[in-house]
Amino acid sequence: MQKVFERPKALSDKKMHYCPGCTHGIVHRLVAEAIDHFGLQEKTIGVAPVGCAVLAYEYFNLDFQEAAHGRAPAVATGIKRVLPESVVFTYQGDGDLASIGLAEIVHAATRGEKITVIFINNAIYGMTGGQMAPTTLPGQKTTTSPYGRDTSRVGFPIRVCELLNTLDGPAYLARVSMHDPKNVLQAGKAIKKAFQVQLEGKGFSLVEVLSSCPTNWGMTPNQALKWVEEKMVPYYPLGVFRTPEEVSSCDA
Amino acid sequence: MITQDKLKAEDFVARTGNEAVAEAMRQINPDVVAAYPITPATEIVQIFSGFLADGLVDTEFITVESEHSAMSACIGASAAGARVMTATSSQGLSLMAEVLYIASGLRCPIVLAEVNRALSAPINIHCDHSDTMAVRDSGWIQIYAENAQEAYDNLIQAVRIAEDQEVKLPVMVCMDGFIISHGLEVVRLLKDVQVQRFVGPNKPAYSLLDVEYPITVGALDFTDFYFEHRRQIAEAMEKAKTVICKVGEEFGVEFGRSYGFFEGYKMEDAEYGVIAMGSTAGTAKVAVDELRKKGMRAGLLKLRVFRPFPVTELINATKGLKAMAVLDRADTLSTNGGPLFQEVCTALYAEDHRPKINNYIYGLGGRDITPFDLEKVYQELPKLAAGEEKAKPRYLGVRE
Ligand SMILES: Cc1ncc(C[n+]2csc(CCOP(=O)(O)OP(=O)(O)O)c2C)c(N)n1
Ligand code: SF4
Repeated sequence: MQKVFERPKALSDKKMHYCPGCTHGIVHRLVAEAIDHFGLQEKTIGVAPVGCAVLAYEYFNLDFQEAAHGRAPAVATGIKRVLPESVVFTYQGDGDLASIGLAEIVHAATRGEKITVIFINNAIYGMTGGQMAPTTLPGQKTTTSPYGRDTSRVGFPIRVCELLNTLDGPAYLARVSMHDPKNVLQAGKAIKKAFQVQLEGKGFSLVEVLSSCPTNWGMTPNQALKWVEEKMVPYYPLGVFRTPEEVSSCDA
Repeated sequence: MITQDKLKAEDFVARTGNEAVAEAMRQINPDVVAAYPITPATEIVQIFSGFLADGLVDTEFITVESEHSAMSACIGASAAGARVMTATSSQGLSLMAEVLYIASGLRCPIVLAEVNRALSAPINIHCDHSDTMAVRDSGWIQIYAENAQEAYDNLIQAVRIAEDQEVKLPVMVCMDGFIISHGLEVVRLLKDVQVQRFVGPNKPAYSLLDVEYPITVGALDFTDFYFEHRRQIAEAMEKAKTVICKVGEEFGVEFGRSYGFFEGYKMEDAEYGVIAMGSTAGTAKVAVDELRKKGMRAGLLKLRVFRPFPVTELINATKGLKAMAVLDRADTLSTNGGPLFQEVCTALYAEDHRPKINNYIYGLGGRDITPFDLEKVYQELPKLAAGEEKAKPRYLGVRE
């Protein structure tokens, strides 16, 4: 019988610790599929964040390095400069990337480091128990904004793709979403493209993935996906913000 | 003095260390709190932000993007004349390190609730004292707790100590990660008015935008006066010793629980002693009781204040001992023992009659320590006293 579906080789057999309905697992799979697609398992190095994905190194059949909170783009820069033939990616949450590590991501992007960044925007600090993140939507309830994010007191969310798009450094910037299968497929294409940009030496690539955190949002997995679609997508418009013209089209 | 009829049943509540500390923060009602979450300290500020949302405090709460910014915001707020608090742990404290020195150098009486946790790498969220020991020379007063009650009491006293005119230094109130921060214990909370009366109003000597006395905070200070200003911090640390004792005694008079630099447990006639900080002191008390039953004159010296280091008091407290073991929940990696061991040896060096001293580094990354481990530590001491063993730093409870 023909096998039509299998676990990507770049993904380990380890059972993931993510909460039921969390989209971290799906994004891991998409990253592993992209690595399989280009046959990069032997030359890819991942940099894990501090956040719920702190154990990402357990789930990929790849070499990994753990970075201090927010510092993954700087660590990845170091790896890539020493091993320019390797494919280096970071996997970071919004607390990690848009809060404590904002300087690192901006500077890695503006230097045009030839790394790929998978950025999980779930509008909250997941691992530490659901505090307000820079990406928390106006009015969104978190443990440190129990009556909703009050923008007059704590300001507004950061749109990372748009922010980085003001720089000349990045080569590829896209925002995708996990809220339904069609968008998951779209996200898979964007992630493949991001790796391809790195493979072709075109420069810095980042894919922002709108994700759910049902646990800390206090929702069922389905409600959480609906919330991504209805609340997050309007605030964080999907699309490709930057792409190098000359990247050969990938068949994905 | 507290009388038994004052100890009403409702004074006793069940609280974790984090909850007790958050409660103390609510009662203190600081002007500004700036913080960034980190396990296992996150809860403190999270519970506090709940108090804020419910209108129970009128604090300006700043949710910053990192601990570096949290401490920087605290310094700005303190210089502007506010009573300021924050909480952090481990990597968060390390990230603050640059500005911790600025807080003490600018004499900002900030109070920081610190939940002790190991430092990366390897990454670990459990208890040891590496984080606070790494910043032991930053000019912050450091007070350690054995349990949730002490963490609560220490935080309240810290405000008075920090803001004292003779001191004007920031204070770190430390408690062991998870063991105290997340362990549920019976705690006696004070009434809000008692706390407010005890801490009193904040009276900064100088502050920004006092138009009568315009000031610059943190100006350049080269070969001309830098040295004098650093020397003044050392002097303030010396004066803090008197203030820490005065505040601890006053707390005892008011509320029935006095505090000093040490708590001695069965030290009166002890021949063999252990000196330890934090929750391990509780474990050591169990070992002392067991050893006493077996006929050893064992005692425990629990160190509460690590900065400033109470040299004279240590000399007095260890006079009667034949041998003692210093327990360090951190390593200097100097191959010359843990930080507490080095302090203790330095303090006792000039004494003609001092106990023989051994050092054990233990419990890194949350490795458990049991009364049984501690009994073994005590049982080595007679050999050390008799000269049969040479003193050298050892590691307790590690796979070699
Ligand atoms: C210097 C430092 N500060 C704080 C922390 C605590 N911390 C761990 S994960 C995290 C936030 C994670 O949120 P995010 O990056 O959004 O990832 P998620 O857990 O939502 O996937 C924080 C604040 C830390 N590890 N290091
Ligand atoms: S806390 Fe949120 S982000 Fe973390 S694993 Fe659970 S659902 Fe996912």
